[in-house]
Amino acid sequence: MSVIRSRADAPDTVSVRPVRRLEPAALAGVMTRDIVLFKRYWKATTFSSIVQPTIYLLAFGLGFGSLVHNVGHVKYVEYVATGVVATAVLFSSAFPGMFNTFIRWQFQRTYDALLAAPVDVEELVTAEILWISIRSGVYGLAPLVVGLAFGLSLMPGMLLVPLIGFVTGFGFAAFGVLIAAVAKTIDNFNYVTSAVLTPMFLVAGTFFPISTLPSALRTIAQVNPLYHCVALVRDVSLGTFATADFVHAAVLVVFALLMWRLAIWRLQSRLID
Amino acid sequence: MLDLVHEERASIELRGVVKRYGEIVAVDGLDLVVRPGICFGLLGPNGAGKSTTMRMLTAQTLADAGTIHVLGFTLPGESKRARMAMGVVPQQDNLDVELTCRQILDVFARLYRVPRAQRPAAVERALEIANLKPRADTIVRELSGGMRRRLLVARGLIHRPRLVLLDEPTVGLDPQVRQELWSLIDGLRADGVTVLMSTHYIEEAERLADTVAVMSGGRIIAQGTPAQLVSAHAGREVLEVYGPPAQLAELEALATSRGWRHRRSGPAVALLAAEQLNGEAPAGVRRPANLEDAFVALTGQEIE
Repeated sequence: MSVIRSRADAPDTVSVRPVRRLEPAALAGVMTRDIVLFKRYWKATTFSSIVQPTIYLLAFGLGFGSLVHNVGHVKYVEYVATGVVATAVLFSSAFPGMFNTFIRWQFQRTYDALLAAPVDVEELVTAEILWISIRSGVYGLAPLVVGLAFGLSLMPGMLLVPLIGFVTGFGFAAFGVLIAAVAKTIDNFNYVTSAVLTPMFLVAGTFFPISTLPSALRTIAQVNPLYHCVALVRDVSLGTFATADFVHAAVLVVFALLMWRLAIWRLQSRLID
Repeated sequence: MLDLVHEERASIELRGVVKRYGEIVAVDGLDLVVRPGICFGLLGPNGAGKSTTMRMLTAQTLADAGTIHVLGFTLPGESKRARMAMGVVPQQDNLDVELTCRQILDVFARLYRVPRAQRPAAVERALEIANLKPRADTIVRELSGGMRRRLLVARGLIHRPRLVLLDEPTVGLDPQVRQELWSLIDGLRADGVTVLMSTHYIEEAERLADTVAVMSGGRIIAQGTPAQLVSAHAGREVLEVYGPPAQLAELEALATSRGWRHRRSGPAVALLAAEQLNGEAPAGVRRPANLEDAFVALTGQEIE
């Protein structure tokens, strides 16, 4: 092992640097790791993000679509192609939020290492969520790309879909972190997957309109953030934008902010004893 | 030369620090002062509160009472400033196993705000410290235990900290890797870096530390140079008496009645400060007292 150079020649810049909350350098540092891994695994990620909506469109769009031709004025294939954008966003944000957090924190103990460096829990959580939601926003476009091959028409409003995917993904990634922060073991995730995420994904107006549901279920569907994502994505992608969409957008933003703060709060109390 | 005005302030100062976990008091009114530029060894058996103390210095554990200052910053409020200026080497391997050595060092160079232009040089230097240049692009999962530990140390030194916390730096390592780490730690101190090292290896403390504090039950029960601790708590010489168990039990009873300091040491009874026994000493093997004798006398606990 070699001897270390004197630190007398090292610039003493650290102590004069101002310290703020949510410093970009800390966020970028934490995200560097995710970017490195993304560069290694992007092919698999991209493959599955294209294959999944293709399967949905084949199964529902063509299979089911032979029975159901239209929902309102919308062709069923268009209905499903725009609906599964939200599905793609949900699965690409909630699961990484849950599993990445739990594995890195409990199994690999890397969160301990990061927090011993000048990174606060707020920065750590925000960076992880930010990265997941950027990815969700981009991959949320995949169903639309696949949908184009199934007869969906290109609309300028589709340019807003990555932004909607980002906000929704932010909320669900934070939800995933929150679940990881309160879970005792990784097996606890099964409860969340089967009792929360699966119904959430089905009762969101993805494959059928919630107006066909009994009123009790319809009310539940309306507090489902995913429903608001589905409605908003569909309206901007099909050019049916209306004032109700401002409400959908507002719900998604509030959900994202609420989950973000809750995730930080719960993880803080588990990481700092 | 040291800048005395600047350096006189303690690098680490804990006053009356208490940490409880429910009924258990892990740290119990701890006072600890580490002067700049020294290697300070925190020696104690498992469960003495060493790791809790280490975690409190990075504000990953918050004290229930008392004050903590690190490099002049008050914790936990200014802990981020303190963390920027110090390096931490944890006891538990918490390397990101999916990254390569170089990638891990790059991530931490960013986290420690090493300016972009200096980052490649900082990473190269850390790889050199860890002696991992040929394995720079190997994924951590594929490294041996010794390599991972060296990387863990290098990661904590990437930003040339002026204070380094080492929590049980050589636990579980084979003797050769341990020697390498020892010379690395010695090199740090020679460069004027302040080192706080917790350990339960007597030899490690004896070899490296300028000042050793013996910790037990969440507080410091003795402190000094290794030589001072030995002479104060184990005297100059130790007399080891070997014999069958019954005879040893007899000797222990005698020692207790005479007020001789003694301890059971494997198949022998060791009488401490044997130079004071005059003519009454039984037959046995005399050897110089060492830090282990002092440690056992202080804590009442045998150690590996």
